[in-house]
Amino acid sequence: MAKQKQLQVSAIENGTVIDHIPAASLFDVITILGLDKISNQTTFGANLDSQKFGKKAIIKVADKFFERDEINKISLVAPHAKLNIIKDYEVIEKRDVTIPDEIIGIARCFNPKCITNSEAIVTRFKVEDKVELALKCHYCEKITSRDELQML
Amino acid sequence: MKNKSLISISDYSKDDILRILELAAGFEANPNQPLMRDKVVASLFFEPSTRTRLSFETAMNRLGARVIGFSDASSSSTTKGESLKDTIKMVSNYADLIVMRHPLEGSARYASEQSRVPVINAGDGANQHPTQTLLDLYSIQKTQGTLENLSIVMVGDLKYGRTVHSLLMALSHFNPTFFFVAPKEMSMPREYKRFLQEKGIPFYEQFEMGNIDKADILYMTRVQKERFSDPIEYERVKNTYVLKNAMLNNTKDNLRVLHPLPRVNEINYDVDANPKAYYFQQAENGVYTRMGIIAAIMGLK
Repeated sequence: MAKQKQLQVSAIENGTVIDHIPAASLFDVITILGLDKISNQTTFGANLDSQKFGKKAIIKVADKFFERDEINKISLVAPHAKLNIIKDYEVIEKRDVTIPDEIIGIARCFNPKCITNSEAIVTRFKVEDKVELALKCHYCEKITSRDELQML
Repeated sequence: MKNKSLISISDYSKDDILRILELAAGFEANPNQPLMRDKVVASLFFEPSTRTRLSFETAMNRLGARVIGFSDASSSSTTKGESLKDTIKMVSNYADLIVMRHPLEGSARYASEQSRVPVINAGDGANQHPTQTLLDLYSIQKTQGTLENLSIVMVGDLKYGRTVHSLLMALSHFNPTFFFVAPKEMSMPREYKRFLQEKGIPFYEQFEMGNIDKADILYMTRVQKERFSDPIEYERVKNTYVLKNAMLNNTKDNLRVLHPLPRVNEINYDVDANPKAYYFQQAENGVYTRMGIIAAIMGLK
């Protein structure tokens, strides 16, 4: 019952719920998953109270199910995000996101002298450290850390 | 190595490195071998660099190749706003091999992805300069008779020094001991020390030149004033990292002084006459080493 009182975003029949997104990362997650461009019914909740993490955001996308590789991209900005896969209003599966070994096309290289910041090049990073985020640029070989991370 | 670009020293294994040094020695013994007489090589220097460019172009010429290119971005269509991608795609349709220096980091890696022919990185910003490392290794092997188990002292700007980082990585295959001499502001970055720790390679850090009587190689680099946030600190340390002839008095007979050049004041001119000064021969070795690299990549040896 307590859970129902706190539920500030309405339930969906079929689809995916992405919960425990840091409030500041909501729009990055939307961009990474291309949710600003799809036609599915989508609900966003921002700055909701979270028991564990302070302020959180939540996204519910009706009739959309994400591939593992696709959803793992959000791990850069929402490492503790939790997925609930919904069918007939029931949670049939819960999933965590994991940081992949390679990040392609979504993050910016922090090095202003990297060629990727001067020409139209799809960025590519190897994840050298998943705890203290360390992204090594495939081109300039410099490491972009969590503090320097900017999404494209 | 055949048909593969050389962008970063880590592209080459220990065996690849040794093979290049073997080829370099062959070219030093016999410098004029027109193996490339039917080939065209592009020398694309988007940023001026007299020494590297002339060294490469000499190597190309001694191999008999015809050379096309430019020595400054202002004399290329970069001034018209042409992207690097387009320039490389065009040139790779003309030439059999591209040698490139560019001010932006990652440019060489990108060029190798856009090019139909191999690309040799002659320096991409502050990132890699693998042919310098290979000629440094050739110089060390020539003067020491081996690359194994050496004591290497690196002096000067170890923080921004592209050549010291690269040399450190390459020598790690050969069981070295390192001594780092640098002001605190310019000390060897953490990621390289961590790299050495993970490989169990010993290194020692000191702020002054001190005792170099056990060193086999003394690798000098320039401490640049513009890198210091505090100009007074620069004034205080600038002479600590200058090599004078008297400092070589108690060193081993086989010690050699290397410097990637250009040298400013970090090696006193009184060192030049000392037989242990090797920096000019080191530059000459660049031609033979680059001939070896080109020959390996073109599959000619």
